[in-house]
Amino acid sequence: MKKLMIGNEAIARGAYEAGATVATAYPGTPSTEIVSTFADYEGLYAEWAPNEKVALEVGVGASIGGARTLVAMKHVGVNVAADPLYTFSYTGVNAGLVLVSADDPGMHSSQNEQDNRGYGRFAKMPVIEPADSQEALDFTRLAFDISEEFDTPVMLRVTTRLSHSQTLVETGERVEVGLKSYKKDAPKYVMLPGFARLRHVEVEKRILQLKEYAETTDLNRMEWGDKSIGIITSGVSYQYLREVMPEVSVLKLGMVNPLPEKLIRSFAAEVDRLIVLEELEPVIEEQLKAWGLKVEGKELFTLLGEYSPEMIEEVLLGVSSGKGSGLDQEIPPRPPLMCPGCPHRGVFHTLKKMKLHVMGDIGCYTLGALSPLDGMDACVCMGASIGMSLGMEKANGEDFARKVVAVIGDSTFVHSGITPLIDVVYNQGTSTVIILDNDTTAMTGHQDHPATGKTIRNLPTRRLDLPALVKAIGIEHVRIVDPLQLDEFRQTLEEELNRREASVIIAKRPCALLVKKAPDKEFFVEPELCKSCKLCIKIGCTGIYWVEEDRKAVINPNTCVACGLCPQVCTFEAIKIVEG
Amino acid sequence: MPKQTTNVLIVGVGGQGTLLTSRIIAQVAVQMGYDVKVSEIHGMAQRGGSVVSQVRYGEKVYSPIIKKSDADILLAFEKLEAARWLDYLKPGGKVIINDERVDPLPVMSGKLKYPVDIDKRIANLIPDTTIVDATRMAEECGNSRAANVVLVGMLAAAINIPAEEVENAIREMVPAKALEVNLKAFREGQKYLSATLNRL
Repeated sequence: MKKLMIGNEAIARGAYEAGATVATAYPGTPSTEIVSTFADYEGLYAEWAPNEKVALEVGVGASIGGARTLVAMKHVGVNVAADPLYTFSYTGVNAGLVLVSADDPGMHSSQNEQDNRGYGRFAKMPVIEPADSQEALDFTRLAFDISEEFDTPVMLRVTTRLSHSQTLVETGERVEVGLKSYKKDAPKYVMLPGFARLRHVEVEKRILQLKEYAETTDLNRMEWGDKSIGIITSGVSYQYLREVMPEVSVLKLGMVNPLPEKLIRSFAAEVDRLIVLEELEPVIEEQLKAWGLKVEGKELFTLLGEYSPEMIEEVLLGVSSGKGSGLDQEIPPRPPLMCPGCPHRGVFHTLKKMKLHVMGDIGCYTLGALSPLDGMDACVCMGASIGMSLGMEKANGEDFARKVVAVIGDSTFVHSGITPLIDVVYNQGTSTVIILDNDTTAMTGHQDHPATGKTIRNLPTRRLDLPALVKAIGIEHVRIVDPLQLDEFRQTLEEELNRREASVIIAKRPCALLVKKAPDKEFFVEPELCKSCKLCIKIGCTGIYWVEEDRKAVINPNTCVACGLCPQVCTFEAIKIVEG
Repeated sequence: MPKQTTNVLIVGVGGQGTLLTSRIIAQVAVQMGYDVKVSEIHGMAQRGGSVVSQVRYGEKVYSPIIKKSDADILLAFEKLEAARWLDYLKPGGKVIINDERVDPLPVMSGKLKYPVDIDKRIANLIPDTTIVDATRMAEECGNSRAANVVLVGMLAAAINIPAEEVENAIREMVPAKALEVNLKAFREGQKYLSATLNRL
């Protein structure tokens, strides 16, 4: 019987069936489940790498070494891995390598919505785009063959809606392709100028061969219907289109780079009106226009966000399905927020009280930017906080640096916080860096990393010792403190900020969701003692809420985990403990 | 098998267990031989944000997401979320609201107000609305955390899918030690909705 699988599971299955023996990734929504699923297949190698660049480099070595290899990351992860990627496109592969780029149109869980199909054109590698989980499985399998036949890495580009939608899948058997033999071949794999010039010739030949392949591959298919409109589309947009316009003629592209020019011209010649339907950038449209084809695209469809069936219906059919609910009511938004008991809350409460400039980073703690904590000045990409804090200091001077902190999670620090910290030491910065060490990669669903001491399969390994690492870099002042002990945390922070030397504070406490045991005490608000000052409400915790009728704070026993933060915030000692 | 696709929209607050509910319903639809698609939310929104799971089943399903004004049923784990997603409901569609209030940040911090009687106002607008205290019912079954399975029971009764298939799916997805409570919760939910329907 067919099985339901999310797109990410189907990709892992496809790699498994293709005989892949190595898979590597850094977790990132919406890509995370790809390699975590692959790790469930026994006897194969899977790893969490410290970052995407390392993940791809491990993949490059495995491919050259002869193993079919799967590498997965979110769209912005490909930026981190871009350096090896562009040159790996020159060397080509030995055994097949498939790089999954999971893009996030609509930014469900990302800092931008870049369109990674662009990487295909830039790096001159094939890009394949499935439209449901069955295609995710089948296309991944095929991508390994394409990789080996054309001696190139292949990008499998997916989006959040594919990665996290379940559709029916028929699985196949694994083919045991075995290891390819490894032979030293320096002109192919050593990219110094003399060799790279020769490889570039091969890359240009290859892209022409791939164009020919694109003309005939089953990845691209024409579905004839009403010829008054012909629509070229790919990915999940195809499904939205079919939902609202089942009769229209469609050229569904499964290979979005390079494009099949002859096929597209023959499709265009048959239809009265040619439209490209593609989320985000006009990648397909611009190439059609460069060929002189008359085509509509971004004048009809937005460059922004995720598409939907009703949006396509509205643009192409002029009908609007969203008639509104008839409910005349403004609905307060519900942004994500830190969990009750989250150690980050203590940090951001303190940063706000001290009115510091906070250079932020990527993780659950980015939520500290939202009201009521309002505790972040800037957040750009993984690892940027430390470099930004040094830049702030170099622009504004050492006195200003007494009001600046960098905050970065443990997993993010290992990902790309180490090199900027070296810069701080090397260039004599006086930054204060807080490493929020909650012993996991929390936001993506609790993956292990080098400093947790456990592998992707939850097996013990040598644990990266963060304090020793930081000291080895040359930071002399390393403090470890519990962020939910507010007085101690604040005092430590004040001391380190005032020091005209670089320092690192490790705010150490496990993620509240990892603490499995039930709290051994309960808190409640003594109504007579509550002076309605709302200080406890301003920590933004769902464990405590405001009752306007009584003008009192009340603890919600169902959500409170008795972390002990709100009693420290209350100046009237109105929050009491019941032990046991 | 009806040609028409059935669209089930399950909404709530990250952490409330909407994902398990959608997976149970989807599994049953697969066992019944339908084409099925499910869209889920992972990542940042799971941290207490507004979350939605969409289950679509029928003879042939293309889009994994439901169009506005096209959901046959809206199951809300939280009252405000029912209001937020109400414009996805088809005219004549059904609404099930769990009588649970979770204040979003702007309400907690006093910037905005939680709309009073929002569930009753939805019920006034949509004739086929059922409001239920699933947490209390689950408590009575032995564990308040089975509230989502009470809601599965109500959903199954509302969209008319066979109970034994759902119970099989629950057996597959729920750990053995929690099975009895969950099966009881499912049956109570189913009974509750059927009783409500009979009163109408």
